[in-house]
Amino acid sequence: MRTSNRRWASRVYLRALSLVDFRSYPSLDLTLTPGVVVLRGANGEGKTNLVEAIRFAGTQDSHRVASTAPLVRDGADRAVIRVVVVREDREARVELELTPGKATRARINGGPLPRAREALGLLRTVLFAPEDLALVKGDPAERRGFLDDLLVARAPRYAGVRADYERVLRQRATLLKSAGSAGRVARRGGDLGTLDVWDGHLARFGSELLVARLELVEALRPLVDKAYAAVAGTGPGVALSYRSTVAGSRREEVAEAMRAEMTRLRVAEVERGVCLVGPHRDDLLLSLGPLPARGYASQGESWSLALALRLASYELLRGDGGEPVLLLDDVFAELDSTRRRRLAELVASAEQVILTAAVGADVPRFDAVAAHDVAAGTVRRVN
Amino acid sequence: MYEGAVQDLIDELGRLPGVGPKSAQRIAFHLLAANPADVRRLVDALTQVKEKVRFCRVCGNVAEAEECRICRDPRRDQASICVVEESKDVVAIEKTREFRGRYHVLGGAISPIEGIGPDDLRIRELLARLQDGAVTEVILATDPNLEGEATATYLARLLGPLRLRVTRLASGLPVGGDLEYADEVTLGRAFEGRRLLEA
Repeated sequence: MRTSNRRWASRVYLRALSLVDFRSYPSLDLTLTPGVVVLRGANGEGKTNLVEAIRFAGTQDSHRVASTAPLVRDGADRAVIRVVVVREDREARVELELTPGKATRARINGGPLPRAREALGLLRTVLFAPEDLALVKGDPAERRGFLDDLLVARAPRYAGVRADYERVLRQRATLLKSAGSAGRVARRGGDLGTLDVWDGHLARFGSELLVARLELVEALRPLVDKAYAAVAGTGPGVALSYRSTVAGSRREEVAEAMRAEMTRLRVAEVERGVCLVGPHRDDLLLSLGPLPARGYASQGESWSLALALRLASYELLRGDGGEPVLLLDDVFAELDSTRRRRLAELVASAEQVILTAAVGADVPRFDAVAAHDVAAGTVRRVN
Repeated sequence: MYEGAVQDLIDELGRLPGVGPKSAQRIAFHLLAANPADVRRLVDALTQVKEKVRFCRVCGNVAEAEECRICRDPRRDQASICVVEESKDVVAIEKTREFRGRYHVLGGAISPIEGIGPDDLRIRELLARLQDGAVTEVILATDPNLEGEATATYLARLLGPLRLRVTRLASGLPVGGDLEYADEVTLGRAFEGRRLLEA
């Protein structure tokens, strides 16, 4: 992560965060500085809510919940997140309005956008949180989500590809279920005909997503290995491999393979009423030395690996141009002193790091820190 | 919550597409304050639309007779049929005055999630219209979204063996727009559908 020579080449940081009726905050105005920002407070005082709001401003989704309803303060109709992003000395004001049950609305510098999606990518963040242990120990869905989120952060276009793919998947799964339960596929040509149509769409969007993931894994591979070595010191090398339901690495090839596999598994798909082929069944396999990380890695190794995945994402986004803001939510508490020190060294070179810590928790010493106290819905600068 | 009739009206209005609770409340109070004659006209219009309007026997478009105005018009080209999802799409295409053929309204698009399969659309009626060989071109003008595309693909395969010209409306850049403002999906489609310029 040593990049002092290009540190000022494409500086991006968050200068301000304002919240209205977001989670526990009726209203908040917070001024932020580049460098290390520490948000300190007792548990349950709303530190993670701040990190969640910042991440939401970049990705328009929460790392904790799937819908926007829990993000709106109890009793309020909607929540507003406003951030000021400084990019090469130019400021952009991004405002997001979250209304449960409705699409999020976005404004940039006061001007409304036709689709909130167009504000994606203006603020890029990489968040490392205690939940990330699931990247190593959890289900494949966690790792697929990791890859897809990173794809969208690199190229917002993939938000559309991902949404289209998920929609085709739902349409096709519903068709399979109804066809299976009524025995209609066997009996009538009509439904079989539409299944072919959905096969085609699934292969089209699925191949686009899958090929993008494969390229992403290639790009991440050396970075994860390097980040793991940096966090854990020495140790077995990290290997990443992508396990897919189909072979191939070019789009046409993958699409063709998906169609062929769907034809082969047709009976099983109809019987079970689920789509058995496509990137939604894939996994990113992580191993340390010769052993798979899931089930074999120790707690410390799992933490290091999860952290390495996030730091590698950070490096990748940084390499694309425009530094992401690094968010560390209560992670120093989870690491032993050696790893804590190494992480502190790594993040000291970041343009902006916003980290949370419980009162009394061990936080490494940084040269220049903007410290804030978080208590009862207020945030106060203390130095 | 309001009392009795007012709340009933708000609830009914709120069930209409595109009307949220706030708008429903606004419309309800507008009607309360309005001239009784104006409200009567609205009531009549609503009653008439359910009593008089039916669907064209041939194309499925809204009509006030057995057949709609377009199907009855002898000047219309009998050789081409434009297939759309809803009656409102007919109105949209008619405004262009580009198309002189006739229409076929499917009544929706294939969407398993909503329980709509090919049998729920007016596809059998479309095939019946193509039987006598008078029609030589079918233009698929379903919406350019996932379900519309799926419906178009399905129809294209179904019509394949019939020796017709089956075309799909182009999708791409808006006229009078700037390239830089087009979203990636639209721009990508425009690339896919690019055509040779005749010098």
